[in-house]
Amino acid sequence: MDVMQYLQIFIEESREHLQNLNDNLLQLENDPDNMDILNEIFRAAHTLKGMSGTMGFNNMQKLTHIMENVLSEIREGKLSVSSKMVDVLFKSLDALEKHVDEITEKGKETSNEHKRLINDLSSLLEDKKSTTKKEQNRDNNMIGLKINMGLNSSENDYIRDVISEGKKVYEIKVLLSENCLLKGARAYLVVKNIQDFGEIYKATPNIKDLEDEKFDFEFSFIVITLDEKRIFEEELSSIAEVVSVEISDYQTNMKTENTQEQVDTEKIIVKEPEKEEKQEIKDEDKDKEERKSEDKKLPSSKTVRVDITRLDNLMNLVSELIIVKTRLEEDAKTNGSNEAVEYLERVTTNLHDAVMKVRMVPVERVFNRFPRMIRDLAQSLNKNIILKMSGEETELDRTVIDEIGDPLIHLLRNAADHGLETSEERINTGKPKQGTINLRAYQDGNNVIIEVEDDGQGIDYEKVRKKAIENNIVSMEASVNLSENELLQFIFVPSFSTADKITNVSGRGVGLDVVKTKIEALGGNVEVKSEKGKGTKFIVRLPLTLAIIQALMVKICNEKYAIPLNIIQTIEDIRIEDIKHTQKKETIILRDKVIPIIRLDKELEIQKDGKKEQANTLTIGFIIDSLIGEQEIVIKSLGKYLNSIKMIAGATILGNGEVALILDINTLV
Amino acid sequence: MKNEKNLNSNDIKQYIIFDLEEEEYAISIEEIESINRIQSITRVPKSPYYINGVINVRGDIIPVMSLRKKLDFYEDVFTNSTRIIIIKKQDASIAIIVDKVKEVIGLDSKNIESFQETNSKMGADFIKGVGKINNRIVTIINIGKLIENIEDELCNVMR
Repeated sequence: MDVMQYLQIFIEESREHLQNLNDNLLQLENDPDNMDILNEIFRAAHTLKGMSGTMGFNNMQKLTHIMENVLSEIREGKLSVSSKMVDVLFKSLDALEKHVDEITEKGKETSNEHKRLINDLSSLLEDKKSTTKKEQNRDNNMIGLKINMGLNSSENDYIRDVISEGKKVYEIKVLLSENCLLKGARAYLVVKNIQDFGEIYKATPNIKDLEDEKFDFEFSFIVITLDEKRIFEEELSSIAEVVSVEISDYQTNMKTENTQEQVDTEKIIVKEPEKEEKQEIKDEDKDKEERKSEDKKLPSSKTVRVDITRLDNLMNLVSELIIVKTRLEEDAKTNGSNEAVEYLERVTTNLHDAVMKVRMVPVERVFNRFPRMIRDLAQSLNKNIILKMSGEETELDRTVIDEIGDPLIHLLRNAADHGLETSEERINTGKPKQGTINLRAYQDGNNVIIEVEDDGQGIDYEKVRKKAIENNIVSMEASVNLSENELLQFIFVPSFSTADKITNVSGRGVGLDVVKTKIEALGGNVEVKSEKGKGTKFIVRLPLTLAIIQALMVKICNEKYAIPLNIIQTIEDIRIEDIKHTQKKETIILRDKVIPIIRLDKELEIQKDGKKEQANTLTIGFIIDSLIGEQEIVIKSLGKYLNSIKMIAGATILGNGEVALILDINTLV
Repeated sequence: MKNEKNLNSNDIKQYIIFDLEEEEYAISIEEIESINRIQSITRVPKSPYYINGVINVRGDIIPVMSLRKKLDFYEDVFTNSTRIIIIKKQDASIAIIVDKVKEVIGLDSKNIESFQETNSKMGADFIKGVGKINNRIVTIINIGKLIENIEDELCNVMR
């Protein structure tokens, strides 16, 4: 069988399971007696084993198999959860992740058999050897039975999953009349009828053989459906030359009937009460994974994976529609008000929102790997750290989500390493032994704010000052006048670190400047607040989306430009007389601050004729001619050829179909 | 006489004939996305001299090149018959400005001679050949080469 076509699904699902395992194992560490978590872990490990086995990734399968054994022992109360055990299990997860990474890249697992890990895991089982054997026997028994039923273990896993999703699985046996002439055609009809109501998971003999008439008069299917048996019975018995139809619940439950785990082939009517009983078992299962199933486990029916480029395409079309709408609106204004245009306006706004929502992803996607990371960090730093997260459901555009992982990791590592003190230090300063890192996300207007806050020692301003002088960033004299806020900016300077010693966690001074550049490239900004002895807080502000921004439309001579609103502080009218010249540069004094002025017409090589001037002022001023107004604009790339022009960040299409360029202020300053 | 359409023969290809400073040029129709009237072009600062700016074509931002400037003719002269030809390219379309679009002509490959030095100011690189239609002569532009050249040049200018 060619399994490679399932590779992508395998990779995605494995990652989900591994994430799941990571999360739950963390919980288990804090709450070792929670059976629900344990069951969840066991289930995920078991599925992973089945999946990797089917795909022929033997090393993965071996490792998960032994993990499963350990977990099973815990579940049966024969082993208890110890921190050493959790460590080994975490290491195994890392190893599995490496396998999956390798599979993603090269299509095959790493050759590492992880003998040491397997040994470690086995040693956990050592004193329980006899029970392990029993366990394996049970496994073997089960396998034997499964072969009887014609399904292998991973297929059975799948069936179990399907059942726990609340779907029904039937085995349908069909017998054709012995003097039937067109067996193939009849079989085809049966298949087709079944497919109208459900999915054929497996057919014996297989569908191709059925079509080629390679069977006697009987064949059977395993069908996954949401409908009742009765429907199938009615449908199938109405086909000519079908002698009998037997439909029964398909069972994969391993506990109940170990001796003869048969598929009950009684007639439906007799079967009814028993079915209810089984439904209950299913319900129990369902409860356990309800949380998961809501967002992860129903991909077949409720979610669709879509290539991001298709969404981009959709987004482009919607933007275009908005442009046309604006045009229609202008027409309507001259022709008197138009109801249809107003309606169109409403529809396009809704459409736009809907498309934007499709592209939104909860930050949870990035956050979910952090608890594990902090745990490992805490161990390697020998600190006691708790990570508190909130607002994981906050949504951000997919393009932003993909980029913020690394900056956040930097900030968290920073907080764990530099921010928080060791337990002894904390006790000495009268703080709780356990250091806290708060990771919060929330929406604030058109921005999403992510805060990383620790209750550690805070930034030592004097140390920053000294370091800044040492690194020749600022002169001794000048440094005296710097405010705390100005000092804080130094920590974003490349290769600036106040750490006394370099650890492998952080301190090489390559962190924060990278964070800043990355966030700014995303159109956001980073702020830092710190109080000595109390802690440090990094505030990352990100735009909801990269595709649409609020912008100020300005006119310079006859050319229109857009300036992103988020970088504008104030807009001021200035008089020509107020412009001073210092060191051959134009400046202006505004509220006692000297602000340099840039003449955009010169920068942009515009031939200027007018004389009136107005400036919109950031910490740097720009001179423009007139303001057009604030507008939501869709950012478009200038394309391959012109992309490298520095001061233009992109272009947007105005209501009248004209193109306006978006200024990239950072490069102009 | 002009439109000798003999689609049965594989050797006949369709070309768009346009004017540029009194000379006739041709581009294979397969390479053309559309032909538009002149529309407002947004100047892009710091771009090469032969890039007039960018235009919006059905929601895409496309750079516009003046073929006159690029091929060292004269300054742009926009008239009522000036057209913008959008060249189709998968990752980055580009538009060129021409004086006048005349017609579509089917040209048999035997009527195309490989290029020898003519009075055209274009580098031989951009010219696929010279087509003969009765007593007219059209220069067939190798659009692929032309675009390739722009790509290189632009990247160099920017860096």
